[in-house]
Amino acid sequence: MGRAAKPLRTMAVGLLGLLVCGAWLAWPWLMLAAAAGLVPWLLASPRGRHALAIARLGMASIPQRLGATSVVVVGIAGVVGVLVGLLAMAEGFQAALGSTGDDQTAIVLRAGANTEISSGLDRAAITLIGQAPGVQRDTHGVPIASAEVVVVANVPKRSTGTDANVQVRGVGPQAWALRPEVKLVEGRRFRPGLRELVVGRGAQTQFRGLTPGHSIRLNNQDWQVVGVLESGDTRESEIWGDAESVAGAYRRSVFQSVTVRLAGPRALDVLKAALAADPRLRVDVETTRSYYSKQSERLTTTLRAIGIGVAAIMALGAIFGALNTMYAAVAARGREIATLRALGFSGLPVVVSVMLETMALALLGGMLGAGIAWAVFHGYTVSTLGESFSQVVFQFQVRPALLLQGLQWALAIGFFGGLFPALRAATVPVTVALREL
Amino acid sequence: MKFLPLLLAGLLRKKTRTLLTLLSVAAAFALFGMLDAVRVAFNAPQTVTGIDRMVVASRFSIIQPLPYSALNRIQAVPGVRSVTYANWFGGVYQDPKNFFPNIAVEPASYLQMYPEIVLPRDQRRAFLGTRTGAIVGASLARRFGWKVGDKIPLQATIFPRAQGDNLWVFDLVGIFHASVPELKGVEQQMLFRYDYFDEGRQFGHGTVGWYIVRVDDPAHADRVAKAIDRMYANSADETKTESEREFQLSFAKQIGDIGLIVSAIMGAVFFTLLLLTGNTMAQSIRERIPELGVLKTIGFSNRAVLLLVLGESVLLLVLGGLGGLLLARVTLPVLGAATSGQLALAMATRSWWLGLGLMVLIGLFVGLPPALRAMRLSIVDALAGH
Repeated sequence: MGRAAKPLRTMAVGLLGLLVCGAWLAWPWLMLAAAAGLVPWLLASPRGRHALAIARLGMASIPQRLGATSVVVVGIAGVVGVLVGLLAMAEGFQAALGSTGDDQTAIVLRAGANTEISSGLDRAAITLIGQAPGVQRDTHGVPIASAEVVVVANVPKRSTGTDANVQVRGVGPQAWALRPEVKLVEGRRFRPGLRELVVGRGAQTQFRGLTPGHSIRLNNQDWQVVGVLESGDTRESEIWGDAESVAGAYRRSVFQSVTVRLAGPRALDVLKAALAADPRLRVDVETTRSYYSKQSERLTTTLRAIGIGVAAIMALGAIFGALNTMYAAVAARGREIATLRALGFSGLPVVVSVMLETMALALLGGMLGAGIAWAVFHGYTVSTLGESFSQVVFQFQVRPALLLQGLQWALAIGFFGGLFPALRAATVPVTVALREL
Repeated sequence: MKFLPLLLAGLLRKKTRTLLTLLSVAAAFALFGMLDAVRVAFNAPQTVTGIDRMVVASRFSIIQPLPYSALNRIQAVPGVRSVTYANWFGGVYQDPKNFFPNIAVEPASYLQMYPEIVLPRDQRRAFLGTRTGAIVGASLARRFGWKVGDKIPLQATIFPRAQGDNLWVFDLVGIFHASVPELKGVEQQMLFRYDYFDEGRQFGHGTVGWYIVRVDDPAHADRVAKAIDRMYANSADETKTESEREFQLSFAKQIGDIGLIVSAIMGAVFFTLLLLTGNTMAQSIRERIPELGVLKTIGFSNRAVLLLVLGESVLLLVLGGLGGLLLARVTLPVLGAATSGQLALAMATRSWWLGLGLMVLIGLFVGLPPALRAMRLSIVDALAGH
């Protein structure tokens, strides 16, 4: 082979490797099926059996070069661990906000307001919205609607002791009927007109002093915590009280939002049209599902981008590490491989065997990293500042899909890191390899 | 210095291996550079500018305004040199995704309070003389292609206009720069006039979001803060006065423990790096034992051999690491442009020094075991190749 051909060949292999890795990341099942197609070849054909035999030899020599091999395993474990950890954070945040709200309830805000906290609706508007067509009424003919006062209070965080913004929601009497997913798990509901609070489970774990029986200070007044609520969504980050009491305490004459139960599948359009037609109102209406999913969009996208970006850079480092290790491994076994080739083993089984070895190490690293990420992060509760200037409590969600994504990355790194060393092992002229060392 | 060719020869002995190691060191330090920029940004840059500034905000909640009447009372507190105020506007330009801070301020006192906002003299005059005037940071202007003379419409999210609509229009009269690169964050801001804002809004007249106080002497800041808070204790408008840095830090803390996340990632990265370079160095020395034997034979002392090996590993780390930091330095502005200025991060000088320190430290750490081995080699064994 001419000297000029070598860089060309390396480039071609590199491109091929990139294509395979890209395809693997994009259509993992397709590629897995293709890989499964290789198994009969490995087991049945003579060349396949040769490859397996060489791979077994290679793996048997791993204990002799434990240090070098651990570079591949630990490097890939690091990439996968960081990737899974950061994506689990994004997943958890999205799960908390994305599961909030549904298509049967709608939220009404002042036109232009993008969050409840920046909205404001006066009492006249509240009444008009409650009476509008499209709003479901209960058996007594009362609209199922809750006009709510949303404010942000400073409550110290347990972990740091510094003040954090907690969302305090003053709700109307229909709030519990409006949101059947909210369940009281401890204590009792607050009584209207009193300074009593029901706190979310998440808020209770993250902030100080939110235990039933205790009282906290909101705007310089003592408020009694009387119960704990659970809902499986972002309500658990909130503190609930009576709307009139909260409005009074914060000297508010306006409400922030009205949430209504819709009377039927077409009710949203009816309600929208009715409110838009009323010249006394300037409001926006949307389903609570769309309102809350918008709230998670920005942070989730950012977290995902950071996770993948950081992991990609780490993956580059890990590929270089794997290349180094496998080059060394191939060099150490150079004579042995050359002997095999001199005996008549062809190049393909050598390539396949080195690839098999690298992929096995990569898989091990991937499982290690994913396992550590799962053990450390799954269910880990944190809180961060959401769109509405207040804390959203959520849990890291290490889903099986994420673990699989981690393994996918691990194998891609292993594939790329094994490709060139495998090729070198198979193409070094036998005479040169036998003379080396 | 005369050993440099020898060090380089050691590194160039196996070019592929050295190149791959250098690249993985570079990847690790590129990540370090970028993450450290994030950490610095969240830790509120520590500069001399602003050390004498304090923020007075409502003690109850970030959304609770303070009365305008507090201005004169705070001004009268002994130890206070000057006071200005600001109000968060939260307006949206075209699309909610185009987030940037837009704040109503009292122009003259605000610009005086923030010397890091560098505005040309004529533009400053125009700002003071135009009621509907607004000034924006250079990064923000670049992001939306604004130039002086443009009209900028903002959609209000919190403050509708008295007429009931949400459309506020501002005249862009100036574009400012940050005085030091560490404070480039301010170039994302848009500032406009409080008088125009307060007159035009539907509700909340006569209140401001927060006050900024400059004290005569930073050493007395604590006493002044206590005096202001005591003045409003048990009133409807209790205040919380803290240094500007503390104020910013409390925001960063609310977002989460960024420092912890960054350290965790860097821990994973550097642990891998230690293993990787350590392995490379050990391997490379193992292969060169006979050569080291020759060096000793021709008169290199044990110490010289030790230093040679240590030097080689430090050189490897420093070369790769500097490459990585350089890469981060080049990538960050690209990243900033790609996210239309949302991720405008810059590498602080401290990050370079910290990075350099880490390179040398890791270099010494991974070089030490093979270096000790090389030092203790007896010539006879080494020449025999064991």
